[in-house]
Amino acid sequence: MTQQVTGAAITEEAIWRTRLRLLRRRMGQGWSSFTSSPVGLIGLTIIVLFGIMAVAQPILIKTVWPPKIYDPVIGHDAPISTLTVVPDGEVTDGATQISLFEASLLDPIIKVGDTVDIPRQPAPPSKKHLLGTDPLGRDVLSQLMYSSRAAFVLGIVAALVTVGIATMVGSVSAFFGGIVDTLFMRLADLIILIPFLPILIVLSALIDFDLLDLALLIGVLSGFGGAAIVLKSQALSVTVKPYIDAARVAGGGRMHLIFRHVIPNVLPLSFLYMMFSVTDAIASEATLSFLGLLNIPMSWGIMIYTANSQGYMLSSATYWWLLFPAGLSVSLLAGSFFLVGRAMDEIINPRLRRR
Amino acid sequence: MLKYIGKRLIQSVLVFYVFLTATFFLLLAQPGDISDQFLSNPQIPPEVRQQYAERLGLTGSAWDQYVRYMKNFVTGNLGVSFSEYPRDVSSILKERVPRTVTLFMFATMLSFLMGFKSGKILAWRRGKRGENLITVVGVFFQTVFYPWFALLMIRFWSFDLKLVPGGKFLTVEKWLHKEGDFDANSVFARMLTTIVVFGFALLILELTTRRMHDRVAGSRIRWGGRILLLGIMVIWWETAWRVMLPYALDIADHLILPTVTLALIGFGGTMLLTRTSMLETLREDYILTARAKGLSTKTIRDRHAARNALLPVTTSLVIALAFLIGGGVVTETVFSWPGMGQTLLRAALTEDIPLVIGAFTFIAVLALTAHLVVDILYMYLDPRIRVGD
Repeated sequence: MTQQVTGAAITEEAIWRTRLRLLRRRMGQGWSSFTSSPVGLIGLTIIVLFGIMAVAQPILIKTVWPPKIYDPVIGHDAPISTLTVVPDGEVTDGATQISLFEASLLDPIIKVGDTVDIPRQPAPPSKKHLLGTDPLGRDVLSQLMYSSRAAFVLGIVAALVTVGIATMVGSVSAFFGGIVDTLFMRLADLIILIPFLPILIVLSALIDFDLLDLALLIGVLSGFGGAAIVLKSQALSVTVKPYIDAARVAGGGRMHLIFRHVIPNVLPLSFLYMMFSVTDAIASEATLSFLGLLNIPMSWGIMIYTANSQGYMLSSATYWWLLFPAGLSVSLLAGSFFLVGRAMDEIINPRLRRR
Repeated sequence: MLKYIGKRLIQSVLVFYVFLTATFFLLLAQPGDISDQFLSNPQIPPEVRQQYAERLGLTGSAWDQYVRYMKNFVTGNLGVSFSEYPRDVSSILKERVPRTVTLFMFATMLSFLMGFKSGKILAWRRGKRGENLITVVGVFFQTVFYPWFALLMIRFWSFDLKLVPGGKFLTVEKWLHKEGDFDANSVFARMLTTIVVFGFALLILELTTRRMHDRVAGSRIRWGGRILLLGIMVIWWETAWRVMLPYALDIADHLILPTVTLALIGFGGTMLLTRTSMLETLREDYILTARAKGLSTKTIRDRHAARNALLPVTTSLVIALAFLIGGGVVTETVFSWPGMGQTLLRAALTEDIPLVIGAFTFIAVLALTAHLVVDILYMYLDPRIRVGD
């Protein structure tokens, strides 16, 4: 950071105030170039929407949604719906029609054209359940909102662990070089070589994971893996800057150099990497839940797993609320973190800036 | 060059050894073993379980087991699968590895081609309309919840349109009444041989004709050669392996949907990376020179910019492959494609440790080989880092 010293105005100001001012100016510049591309804004909007959903669910449960019905895991409701009986094989709309055969199982003397009242689970969307209920009679909207909180927790914990480890490993191995560097980098090579998902599958098949365990595992694996290599190369370009030498000459110790000079200059890239690791974590969790390997009460992956394992996949046009909201949520949230990451990449990476 | 390759080979073997050891101890550290599955069965007394464990080599200290496993491994004996009991792991690998490799090979090639072509155009059109839309679509494919996407693909192409089969390796009804003495594996092996031989021939054709001075003649020879090779392939199958042809087509039919699905999720990453790499290349001075010379946009884009933008994309192939292997497990599970991914998942769920290690061995060998190939390819593509010339 170069700073023009123009006499009294600066010397009177406290040092933290100067820092704050600089930070604010930098954030302002970053923000204005971030908003110049719609891609990043789209991502940010989606993230904020999901954030609102995640926060709203516990409040709704406390106020307007009775937990007995709306609890995402143990709630149950089977709304009564009135169906018209139509001849066998002529059911065009599963939400309002029922075939004669099925209806005669409930009531043997029923005729075509009659109506029957039956409790439905999965129930189609109604005023009471805006996105219907799942095959076990639980409210899909409530599940969706609850799961978005789980996704945020998982994603953010995994990303923080990843970036924490990767920044430390990257800075330390760039700063010290030699044997430390070799060890960490060979470890990273080994991890990057072996695909992520198979290892997670095997581990979670053998050990019972809950959400935080998984977040930590993903964080550690990717922190020592690819992210460490990228952040190390960034840290390398920092360690050869003149201000590092200046600080060394001024008598700064190793720890001081690493923590006060190297790491702060690696942080923008670390922050960028955080976005991508949130994407990875959310996608991995959903896939593992989909395969039924995790010990998690509710998540988007489990919603799809439930719908698919109960055989609603091939009737997904009729029962769209079982597969689409959850699948879209995973894709959208993972995708929006990725979009924000890309938009930030164009700000942070000077080689991509528009000429 | 040879020295470099030799060095890399030794490194790869070392990495593989470390990986194998780590996997072995990781799996050994899991509580219990296969004989515990009979704990609740009163007809199997403890002695029998003990015998069972001994026969499968599950007794002794961890170090003993490790040494035994390594000895067997070096002699090519990967042990016996627990879940498919009398079969040994190597025969399972031999049967299923080709299926997975075929799937990955086609998917990687397809996604690379699609990604590179679209990324090139995307970078070229920077700031124009449609750019953001394509970026969002690319990101969508990159981050879409893959199992869900695969289910939707099956639903749409197979269930609604009934164009292609939605899963499995072959149509059982068709194979039940086949005449002739052959099985699915031998048909598949012949298909693979054909692909490898003709793929190689096509590659040689490309490499020789692209270097010819006379561009027009080169292009003519290339197209002639392609048609000739295709003709030979068709005639060969029609005459020599005529009885198998419908069955081979059946397998190929089942291959289409998983390949396309896998390629679709892989292509977004390549596309975005190509775009980044192209944007960096387009700022170079020689692009300006090419423009100043008055070359056509297509020439600048394809011959000057894209060639150099290809380099980082090639290295990313390794990472893309790791991505694809992860996706492959899901693909094979969703599409019931009996390859290594499905085998790995099943083996992990049934705690079939020898088979899990076998599947990991395959994955590691595939990843290491790809890494090596990409490094050599990179050296070939980038004259600046040609070693020892």
